[in-house]
Amino acid sequence: MAQIIIPTPLRKFTNNQAKIDSNKNTVQAAIEDLAKQYPNFQKHLLDEAGQIHPFIKIFVGEDDILDLDKEQTTLENNTIVSIIPAIAGGSYNYYNLLK
Amino acid sequence: MANIDFSKAELERYSRHLIIPEFNIEGQRKLKNAKVLVVGSGGLGSPLLLYLAAAGVGTIGIVDFDVVDDSNLQRQVLFGTACVGHPKVNAAKHQLLSLNPHIQINTYNTQFTSENALDIAKDYDLIADGTDNFPTRYLVNDTAVLLGIPNVYASIYRFDGQLSVFNYKYEDGSFGPNYRDLFPAPPPPGLVPSCAEGGVIGVLPGILGSLQANEVIKVITGVGEPLVGRLFLFDALSFSTRTLKLKKNPTRPKITKLIDYHQFCGLTPAETKISEEIQLNPIQEIDVQELERWKNLKLDFQLIDVRETYEREIVTIGGELIPKATVEDQLSTIEKDKKVVIYCRSGKRSADVIRLLQDKYDYANLYNLKGGVLAYAKEIDTNLATY
Repeated sequence: MAQIIIPTPLRKFTNNQAKIDSNKNTVQAAIEDLAKQYPNFQKHLLDEAGQIHPFIKIFVGEDDILDLDKEQTTLENNTIVSIIPAIAGGSYNYYNLLK
Repeated sequence: MANIDFSKAELERYSRHLIIPEFNIEGQRKLKNAKVLVVGSGGLGSPLLLYLAAAGVGTIGIVDFDVVDDSNLQRQVLFGTACVGHPKVNAAKHQLLSLNPHIQINTYNTQFTSENALDIAKDYDLIADGTDNFPTRYLVNDTAVLLGIPNVYASIYRFDGQLSVFNYKYEDGSFGPNYRDLFPAPPPPGLVPSCAEGGVIGVLPGILGSLQANEVIKVITGVGEPLVGRLFLFDALSFSTRTLKLKKNPTRPKITKLIDYHQFCGLTPAETKISEEIQLNPIQEIDVQELERWKNLKLDFQLIDVRETYEREIVTIGGELIPKATVEDQLSTIEKDKKVVIYCRSGKRSADVIRLLQDKYDYANLYNLKGGVLAYAKEIDTNLATY
């Protein structure tokens, strides 16, 4: 069973769960399963073509999956999968000002 | 470097550095000789600037266009109550020189933009990114890459922190990974947290900004192993830390010039999209003066607040609370046969709610309160708190 660590900014999509176990064998299957379990999470992880967004990084253990087998990276028992979102800061005024 | 001398006062001030064997007076000379540009003097910039000044970095540049606001003081420990209303760079310079008069502070009371970035940064050895938005983060990164100087990066959101040293120049002249190797593109504005989701625990930028200062000092002095090719993550909620490996992305397009970062971050198209949306689905709105007139005339209308409960505890202008996410579950409480004024903090969420109700549920009696609670607190009742 691999374990997916959900960062605090994205926990609102997983009912505040910080760690989610996955019995899937690849990163792709685990992420798709996560998106299926938590439909609101999907658009924050995957684009319309089902690809992982460029502002989300997935690490397996200490390694970026881009340096492993990308989405096909295999998950072993006790593998830690980290989802790392781009975060910019605590201020939201900037975007509001521009709207 | 040997020609950099210290006064008696400086030697005494920096003595705790001088007696660290691997740091010693050589490390202190490197700090005194160094020129560091800090972009953003807010939550991250505050501890970063305080420690860089205290440590004796000889020249510190500060870029910030903002003025100190009451809501900054929860985390921006560089400033005190007396600084409120003053430009941040001026207040910062005053505080830092009172901490250490032996250094030079250069201030840039302006927004860091594609037009001025290279000119401002060209005289510095290192940039530290203490900004709070995606366009400026990419701008800082690309500026550092074009100038061939390191970018010491920290970023925070609510309880999460990230730290890395980007564009580090190795002895063989090659460079370590940069921000674009980590995140090739930013999230579109629609996926950036809205007002209801903003916020940060005040200590978190203190922790990350201090770690950032530590990395700046290490890069300048060459002491230790800087956080190059690694990404440090801190989760303040669970107190867990992780350090992940970061490599250069061979498929990443080369950075050759500064670009329009608003457009890159999807802001310009988004603005266009919003205005098209407004044209297609116009919504009625009233300003806060008009709302006040309706109240005084005792007109029969319903007032609805679509913010969150925790926002209403900060300040309210009355009416019923129906948080945006629950609106569709509470349609029966939203009147259809009299005027309904809907408000939020700034008028953005309430406009979204009105569009939803008009388009999906055929409401035609809804008015957006222009500027929301912020406008009301500014124009009608200045005793109300803003946030």
